[in-house]
Amino acid sequence: MTRAVITHGPRPDQRDVVPDIDMSTWLAGLELPSPVMTASGCAGYGRELDQFFDVSAIGAVVTKSIMLNARSGRPTPRMSETPSGMLNSIGLQGPGVDAFVERDLEWLRQRGARAVVSIAGGSVDEYMRIASKLRHVSDIAAIEVNISCPNVENRGLVFACDPGAAADVVHAVRRNTNPGIPVLAKLSPDVTDIVSIAKSVVDAGADGLSMINTLLGMVIDTDTMRPSLAGVTGGLSGPAVRPVAVRCVYQVHAAMPDVPIVGMGGIRTGLDALEFVLAGASAVSVGTVIFHDPSAPARITRELAVALAERGFESFSDAVGYAHRAHSTPASGGPVATNAGDTVADRDDELEAGVEG
Amino acid sequence: MTVQGKSGAIQVTGEVLGLRRAGEYHVLTLTAPGIAELTRPGHFVALAVGGPESSMLLRRAFSIYSVQSRGVYGGTLEVVFATHGKGTEWLSRLHRHDQVDIVGPLGRPFALPKEPVSCVLVAGGYGSAPMFSLADALRARGCRVDVVLGASTEGKLFGVLDAKRIAASLTITTDDGSVGEHGRVTDVLPAVMDRVDAEVVYACGPMAMLRSVAKIAAERGAYSQCAVEEAMACGIGVCMTCVLPVIGDDGVTRMLRSCVDGPVFRGDKVRWDEVGTIPEGTLGAPVSGGH
Repeated sequence: MTRAVITHGPRPDQRDVVPDIDMSTWLAGLELPSPVMTASGCAGYGRELDQFFDVSAIGAVVTKSIMLNARSGRPTPRMSETPSGMLNSIGLQGPGVDAFVERDLEWLRQRGARAVVSIAGGSVDEYMRIASKLRHVSDIAAIEVNISCPNVENRGLVFACDPGAAADVVHAVRRNTNPGIPVLAKLSPDVTDIVSIAKSVVDAGADGLSMINTLLGMVIDTDTMRPSLAGVTGGLSGPAVRPVAVRCVYQVHAAMPDVPIVGMGGIRTGLDALEFVLAGASAVSVGTVIFHDPSAPARITRELAVALAERGFESFSDAVGYAHRAHSTPASGGPVATNAGDTVADRDDELEAGVEG
Repeated sequence: MTVQGKSGAIQVTGEVLGLRRAGEYHVLTLTAPGIAELTRPGHFVALAVGGPESSMLLRRAFSIYSVQSRGVYGGTLEVVFATHGKGTEWLSRLHRHDQVDIVGPLGRPFALPKEPVSCVLVAGGYGSAPMFSLADALRARGCRVDVVLGASTEGKLFGVLDAKRIAASLTITTDDGSVGEHGRVTDVLPAVMDRVDAEVVYACGPMAMLRSVAKIAAERGAYSQCAVEEAMACGIGVCMTCVLPVIGDDGVTRMLRSCVDGPVFRGDKVRWDEVGTIPEGTLGAPVSGGH
């Protein structure tokens, strides 16, 4: 298979210089050799991207959300470009869990890629049934629960926007998933208080959190003078949403520093990824930028390693949550150059506590 | 579904060798080492627009007008575009030696007949771009090639000289009658097909045109190979935005991606009247909710 010639990105001088830094990370008992994963819905099931980079070398492939049955998705137009972002309304098109396991998950397994399986449903029962079907499937690294779906049993109210409904889904999935496999709850930013939702799903058994899903948005075509998307509203993603995502990760990490977070939302470069890590993310997912640059996950992995090394970090995990350190630490130097070594060690302890807990 | 038949796409940084006007269109020549060599008629490329810090994240897909797999610059390719948005405006301002990120070759190319049969190539506007390399490939197989080109007006025709060079006959239509026959390509297509006893029609253009072409071909018992121009975000099969309803060999309608399952489809397999909808009976229909 032909590999990509990767020459895209803002820092070409650094593209081949990968510093010797420990990039491994832990996510609720799951060890990943790299903290950079794909974001659900932006990488298919990994196969197409394997033309551009080695999908087994990144942290994990997070699959497009899978539902119980095959699903056609919504009519077109499904997408509209927005400033530094895009709006999408795909409607969870997919083959259904059985065909997914047989064909797509099997491909990932044979390819040696770590698979984080994203699941979605219209009712607590559907989530539970998908989890049950996946329970005895080997080679799943983690389950990510996409709770940004309308609850068909409650007037279409999105699970992720209601602490009780979100907890019900996560509880059902956790109870029906192999206890050795982490369950990550993917949170929506379209809530009044994301910390309370986060606490609710952690109490219900989530081992970690993925933050953030898209923001609900809308574009009106000024030529047709109608909504641009057939689905009227859609999910906003891309660099435009990044500050919202970093804020969410920072707030939740501050409230629950022991809960591992996968940070995502508009990551385009290694420095963007570093923002999430400093805010408290133990791993990051790269999504919409893949449409712009299909080799982005590999590029961002290298750029993140360079960015960490430039700041004096010897390992990725030392940087997790580093933006939360006390203000007494001099802002001018990196963790090694300053007195902040203790702070870095503290973060290590927290991570280990999270793993054991 | 299978990866069989797909050649691996690659991502390269191309360099602008030239940008010229052709009627109301632009023809952009890029170095594309590794892509040009793999390209077959009907393949397309997806270009990143706006430079490395661009606020325009979605790739722009263009069918490949011509390739040169060797020469002073190594592999080069040409695409044709009209300026109708910020992305294509950016492309129209490129200069020689500017860099453009290219992914390709993408999609399933045109299927070629095994026998030297009579073929009609029909295109609207700059939809004709992939037709000339296709005509070369067909003629190399001994096929007779007749061409029908149409546009709203003379300035929006593309490739008339290429067509004259390559086709046994060329029929031109314009909506305003500024050149050629007054009307649409589908007005003249039946007569052209009957005259040359066409067994295959190749078409590229707007959805409405393709729908009519597929119908005209079917009425004559001819095959049609239709290249769609569907809006795409990635071009590589991961975004799921460029879908349309296509009937499979098993008789089941699925929402297939234009970028990897197309852009060339058999005309009799696409549910043209229901493009933009989820037809009843489609695998996984009906839908509700979720994003």
